Amino acid sequence: MKYAMLIHVKPGQFEAMAEDEQRSVSAEYFALADDPRSQGGAELQGIETATTVRVRDGQTLTTDGPYADTKEVFAGYYVFEADTLDEAIEFAARIPAARLDGAIEVRPVVER
Amino acid sequence: MTVTARNRAIDRIRRDRTLVEKTRQLEVPEATMDELDDTVIEDERLELIFTCCHPALALEAQVALTLRALGGLTTAEIAHAFLVSEETMKRRLTRAKTKIKATGIPFAVPAEHLLPDRLDAVLAVVYLIYNEGYSGRVDLASEAIRLGRVLAALMPDEPEVHGLLALMHIHHARREARFSGEELVLLEDQDRSLWDAEEIAGGRKALDRALALRGRGTYVLQAAIASLQVDERIDWNEVAALYGQLAQITRSPVVELNRAVAVAQAGSTEQALEIVEQLTLEDYQYLHSTRAELLRRLGRTNEAREAFERALDLASSPRERRFLKRRIAEL
Repeated sequence: MKYAMLIHVKPGQFEAMAEDEQRSVSAEYFALADDPRSQGGAELQGIETATTVRVRDGQTLTTDGPYADTKEVFAGYYVFEADTLDEAIEFAARIPAARLDGAIEVRPVVER
Repeated sequence: MTVTARNRAIDRIRRDRTLVEKTRQLEVPEATMDELDDTVIEDERLELIFTCCHPALALEAQVALTLRALGGLTTAEIAHAFLVSEETMKRRLTRAKTKIKATGIPFAVPAEHLLPDRLDAVLAVVYLIYNEGYSGRVDLASEAIRLGRVLAALMPDEPEVHGLLALMHIHHARREARFSGEELVLLEDQDRSLWDAEEIAGGRKALDRALALRGRGTYVLQAAIASLQVDERIDWNEVAALYGQLAQITRSPVVELNRAVAVAQAGSTEQALEIVEQLTLEDYQYLHSTRAELLRRLGRTNEAREAFERALDLASSPRERRFLKRRIAEL
């Protein structure tokens, strides 16, 4: 089963870290990406780069900023292959954002 | 290399198949779901418990699923017990079963390193079911005890399982004495001849087992307290000490409140009041009723009345409201 690990972070949390701390957290993210069960993913640029697009009555409406206005922002994701939700939860718990005031939303990917 | 790969593939297929089979067990139509108990063999029952009590499910769904799949209650009975319509309960169960399937919640006893947390979740569900029964719906209490027995048989080496079973047995033993007609009766005023000696003995046996397994968790401690409280002469100092240990684990102000009651019963009313005054439980009815009792004992009647009235403001159960009004009238 494939699970998407949607990583939500607290804005500014990473930037506030000392440089060596940032390096070790980044290394954790890379290590998780190297896990053989990891099947891709992406880190997104900050919400200040976000553009939201809607189509209403055939018209494209483009606005500045992220879609959801929440305390935590969506920052990236992994796609993870696991047999059970328990395995997925264990992986999610190792994502640094999970302990750094952020949260990981785990959702199965629709498989066709 | 290829052999390993094949074995792994076979293993996965085998697991997938059992998963499918077991998912089907949860899918059984209403009419035949009652037979679930007979069709699920012992070790699969344990897996089923862990599935039903998976923390990825909403707590109310965990409770409903557990009662449905393991407790042998019908959907209508569960709905009735939790005061929701049968339709609502049916939807709740369906949604939970769908989530189990869609998200791959496993039918398995969790791995060793996950077990403590996951077992806590299971015990919490059983205890929640018990407590629903404790406030009057006795069927649910008996049901929870039955589930506790099943768990104890399936996990004989887990002290907390025996601790919870012991706790439920001992509380349940006092069920007939807790009420006089419609009225609440305090522990110290209860007619001990109404206590169920056999149930107490069963509880103490489970407690002994838990202690022999070196259990010192929250359920074991609570069971030990409950056991002391059904002694002929209650050792309140010991009760207070156990509440102290429990408070250290749980950091719960409610536990501290109970410790204060034990300290008062041991004879130190002023020390008890000191503990109570430090608690931040402004909206908790029992903080105010306990404080009121302590003030009454210290002869501070006006303050006691005020505190009783505050408790009365917060009390919702008619039975407890009548009890508090009686206490005020007796001042």
